[in-house]
Amino acid sequence: MMSTNQIQLNTPAPRKPWQKAPSALVPDAIVFLVAFIAAELTISLTGFKGRLALLLLFTLYSTVGSMALAFKRRGIMAMSDALASSFIYLSIALVGLPLFSVIFTVILRGRHALRINTFTQDMSVAQPDAPFSQGGALYAIVGTILLVLIATAISVPIGVLTGLYLTEVRGKAEGLIRFLVQAMSGVPSIVAGLFIYAVWIVGGHGGFSGFSGALALSILMLPTVARTAEEVLKLIPNDLREAGVALGGTQWRTVAMVVLPAARSGLITATVLGIARVAGETAPLLLTIFGTTTNHFNPFVGPMSALPIYVFQLLGTGLNVAIDRAWTGALVLLVLVSVLFALARGIGRRTKS
Amino acid sequence: MKNPTSKDRNERDDVSTQQNDRVTVSSFASIADRPGFIAKDSRAIGADLEARGVHAWFGAHHALADINLSFSAGTVTALIGPSGCGKSTFLRTLNRMHEFIPTAAMAGEVLLDGVDIYKQGTDVTKIRLKIGMVFQKPNPFPSMTIGENVLSGLKLAQIKRSDKEDLMEECLVRAGLWNEVKDRLSAHGGSLSGGQQQRLCIARALAVQPEVLLMDEPCSALDPGSTLRIEETIRHLSESVIVVIVTHNMQQAARVSDYTGFFLSEEGPGRLIEYAPTREIFSRPKDQRTEAYVTGRFG
Repeated sequence: MMSTNQIQLNTPAPRKPWQKAPSALVPDAIVFLVAFIAAELTISLTGFKGRLALLLLFTLYSTVGSMALAFKRRGIMAMSDALASSFIYLSIALVGLPLFSVIFTVILRGRHALRINTFTQDMSVAQPDAPFSQGGALYAIVGTILLVLIATAISVPIGVLTGLYLTEVRGKAEGLIRFLVQAMSGVPSIVAGLFIYAVWIVGGHGGFSGFSGALALSILMLPTVARTAEEVLKLIPNDLREAGVALGGTQWRTVAMVVLPAARSGLITATVLGIARVAGETAPLLLTIFGTTTNHFNPFVGPMSALPIYVFQLLGTGLNVAIDRAWTGALVLLVLVSVLFALARGIGRRTKS
Repeated sequence: MKNPTSKDRNERDDVSTQQNDRVTVSSFASIADRPGFIAKDSRAIGADLEARGVHAWFGAHHALADINLSFSAGTVTALIGPSGCGKSTFLRTLNRMHEFIPTAAMAGEVLLDGVDIYKQGTDVTKIRLKIGMVFQKPNPFPSMTIGENVLSGLKLAQIKRSDKEDLMEECLVRAGLWNEVKDRLSAHGGSLSGGQQQRLCIARALAVQPEVLLMDEPCSALDPGSTLRIEETIRHLSESVIVVIVTHNMQQAARVSDYTGFFLSEEGPGRLIEYAPTREIFSRPKDQRTEAYVTGRFG
């Protein structure tokens, strides 16, 4: 008992000595405050106008200020450190602002027309100027889900196999295939739609249908999946391949049992990036699924619709009510894509344990 | 004592480490004292493996020249020599892992039970089933549990067995890992320590019941305790399989092997300088380069 007490008395409180004390942050706060006031003064005294100018001037002044502070504290080397930090924070702001602005705007404007019937009705009877309590986007939601699922089912296996060819087989055509995949990722989406229209629909293999649209989306999705799959397969250590082969596995058994499971989460990322690439595509769909306003759930026969087309068609009417519906379509698409991503991640995690 | 402080935890760790060291030293001594430790006669049972005039190249670089060595059942052979002398390359020619380097080439024959494993039409996966390998870096399969790792060779080679549970236990016992993992066979292989992972890799190699086990510096990344365990495992294994071990640790070669081959590369491809029973290599080597190496005067 005695020794226990002694030990407890001698035990120091846990600290984090590498963290700055609050008092040490005062000069930094002063620098930011002075930079902000200076930016405001510059705007009121000179020809600069607006919030953008304020942000730019504030960034400039605070960068100079924190560089000066760093120089005073730790000398010339610390100045480049402070400069780099400023650029990194600026970059985060430049990436984050538009992103959050888009999400915020879609939610703000999309909520007006959001009703239960958005998910249960179609627009076959409701006119574009009908009140929000009539008509809905069910056909477009189902269309987008079907299109994305079919396109994923086509392009993920082919993309992963292409990645395997580039990393495991390493055949004679390796350079050519890599070049083609790169070239394909630069194909404008309307060209993918035109290709399917010219070869598949005009060629008489199929009409306007969800499947034709999924083929066009697959052309866009394939290079994204293949390139990402190649990158993640490259990260699998060669040790594992050697271990598999040294145990008497054929190359395919080793790939299927060792390499692909080890790369699983990366391959899920490849799938998610592929879905992200195509879920919002409009142009190739106009030429392949044509668009409709009625509930039609067979992807193999007859024109279908999808959320991007729903948005496009309603915006085209120019009516305020229809434009509100279009924003709601965009909001539903945003949520739908998020759900698909969460599903993909969920599948990746569940099969792992 | 509810909350042991970091200080007294450290103290206890120190004590246990010292105890471990003592155990280690005495166990090493007991292995070396064992009668018949060195130059056990090769028995007639089991397989035999022979390299005849083996050369190896990487592109235009001639890495290994004219190696003639034979290994028989019931023996452990250590291959020693400075870095870059070609001993790992030689080991990899013995189970056809050498060909995984795109620029690799070789000449000569490797005979397993009298049949050249490089003969045209040979099923290379069958060869690697018979000649297993343990690598320098522990490489358990990260997506599999401990139990699945042990049995992964059966799945990879599509071998059907009804007594998988027994086989798993037997292999883990032989690799000296059973007691440490028997309660968590469904944990992931990556949750083990480095030494345990390496013993898991040995258990995995044993599950396909190879006739030969090639070990490429299996202890170079391990602590003395794990090294001791793996050396004990090697001694046990040598009763049923041919073991060939590449090592930079000459004490290890002296402790575990019956025969030792000394490789050296002198401004040219690596060659086998001397091959003899381990006791002779370390007590009265014939070649003065061997003597210089084993006494630590170079290398």
